[in-house]
Amino acid sequence: MINASLTELRAALDAGKISSVELATLFLDRIERLDPALNAFITVDRDGALETARAADARIAAGDAGPLTGIPLAHKDVFCTEGVLTTCGSKMLANFVSPYDAHVVSLLKAAGAVSLGKTNMDEFAMGSSNENSHFGPAKNPWDTTRIPGGSSGGSAAAVAARLVPVATGTDTGGSVRQPAALTGVTGIKPTYGVVSRYGMIAYASSLDQGGAFGASAADCAQLLTAMAGFDPRDSTSIERPAEDYSRELAAPAAARPLAGLRIGLPKEFFGAGMADDVRAAVEAALDGYRALGATTVDVSLPNAQLAIPAYYVIAPAEASSNLSRFDGVRYGHRAADYRDLAEMYSKSRAEGFGAEVKRRILVGTYVLSHGYYDAYYLQAQKLRRLIAQDFQAALADCDVIAGPTSPTTAWAIGEKSDDPVQMYLSDIYTIAVNLAGLPGLSHPCGFGAGELPVGLQLVGDYFSEARLLNAAHRFQQASDWHLRRPALAA
Amino acid sequence: MSLSIEQVRRIATLARIELSDAEAEATRGKLNGIFGLIEQMQAVDTAGVEPMSHPQDVAQRLRPDVATEPDRREAFQRIAPQTEAGLYLVPKVIE
Repeated sequence: MINASLTELRAALDAGKISSVELATLFLDRIERLDPALNAFITVDRDGALETARAADARIAAGDAGPLTGIPLAHKDVFCTEGVLTTCGSKMLANFVSPYDAHVVSLLKAAGAVSLGKTNMDEFAMGSSNENSHFGPAKNPWDTTRIPGGSSGGSAAAVAARLVPVATGTDTGGSVRQPAALTGVTGIKPTYGVVSRYGMIAYASSLDQGGAFGASAADCAQLLTAMAGFDPRDSTSIERPAEDYSRELAAPAAARPLAGLRIGLPKEFFGAGMADDVRAAVEAALDGYRALGATTVDVSLPNAQLAIPAYYVIAPAEASSNLSRFDGVRYGHRAADYRDLAEMYSKSRAEGFGAEVKRRILVGTYVLSHGYYDAYYLQAQKLRRLIAQDFQAALADCDVIAGPTSPTTAWAIGEKSDDPVQMYLSDIYTIAVNLAGLPGLSHPCGFGAGELPVGLQLVGDYFSEARLLNAAHRFQQASDWHLRRPALAA
Repeated sequence: MSLSIEQVRRIATLARIELSDAEAEATRGKLNGIFGLIEQMQAVDTAGVEPMSHPQDVAQRLRPDVATEPDRREAFQRIAPQTEAGLYLVPKVIE
């Protein structure tokens, strides 16, 4: 059961081979046994999970089960969960029990999914390694001396170690795709506006997007189908009919299932900077795609190298505004000693925020301050336009774009934690996708030195999630990288 | 560009984040590294390019002008550091 797909778990639940309570207990016991070495969870909600599982069993018995009824999952701790601690990885919210559910959480509750707890993350989703968590770094199940990636590192590590079959995440600059790549799981960030941001603690609102982690594209498709959809409470939620992201996956396996698919290879994603072991795995995976009938074509994203500088203006600017709400008045940390209101604010924020969050707030405050707005924020928004136009031009010549998700495999804990710029550069292949608002997916495509997973990124046009998932699914039908498990998870 | 220690203090004041002298100096070094990365933007000619604030250029939706939120004051104030009689308490602002 531990390694079963969602489809297999559904069949087992419906056939009465296992109850939802038994399934939840199986994974909760794994969390209890394995998580001390991984720190993938900030909160484990055993009692709440078992209560939800009992309700799911009643639904299944009554013949009222949906696709996810009784299926265990975990939420990144950025999603507000009513009555359950929601910390966002921060001391600022270390005592925050949300009075309401995020839209994603309420959708999955209504679907009968069983949340086992909240996963570790970089504070306020700012980071690429999970080392910025107030609750200590999550560890990579393939080598616990290494980072799992970030910011959704806990969700990725939990799925990789099979502490939970699937998990939610968020991706502002690569925070689903990069940890998926570094832990050997599949992760998808849909088109901006597909998953509601209501109750998802805001970092950079024009980039933040919820996403899904699973062992396979098929599992991600099922979770995303349940998470996505229009929500009037999110002003940037897109009004369009609900989609079944699994709809193309049921077609029978064929010898050349991807015949006709044109894969664009941006030369900027294959230049210097990509580690040799990552390059070898990615090239081999592209051969795999060609064997399935896809063709590859060279494309260019000429402004891709500007994505990181533009992102590190836009995201901090939006963060400095969003995080102004943490003032020690309505919720969260308040300093113990202060002389007046101004000092209460500045001490509460100094004590509640970690170093990286403070840095990004300061960068954002500066770029938005009087006299600098045009040179920074406006210039970054213009570059954002150029980057988005590059993708549209490239997608005129191909159906999907492919490349490495991360330039390297997982690095050692502490290796980059004192050098923000080096850390930022690790998101070179993922950030441009958020700036353009396009969907992106990462799936395991091999191993590099030291038996560390490598991920392949697929990027498609707006609302092409089903196509990306189908391409990855066909690759996974013909390969077994996604079935490999770390020794720790055995 | 290179931020001075005075500029770092000024930004921190605007952001309402207290910084000790030691933190301000350490922060200055890190911020200057980040701005070194950001400065690459300035080399690009973006004359005539329309700024992009949202991937989908959609208009803001309007909704009927009716109350949609129930009164949940107690639930929301239960998690506040300090409240009294339905009000949030902060240090005295006006003497």
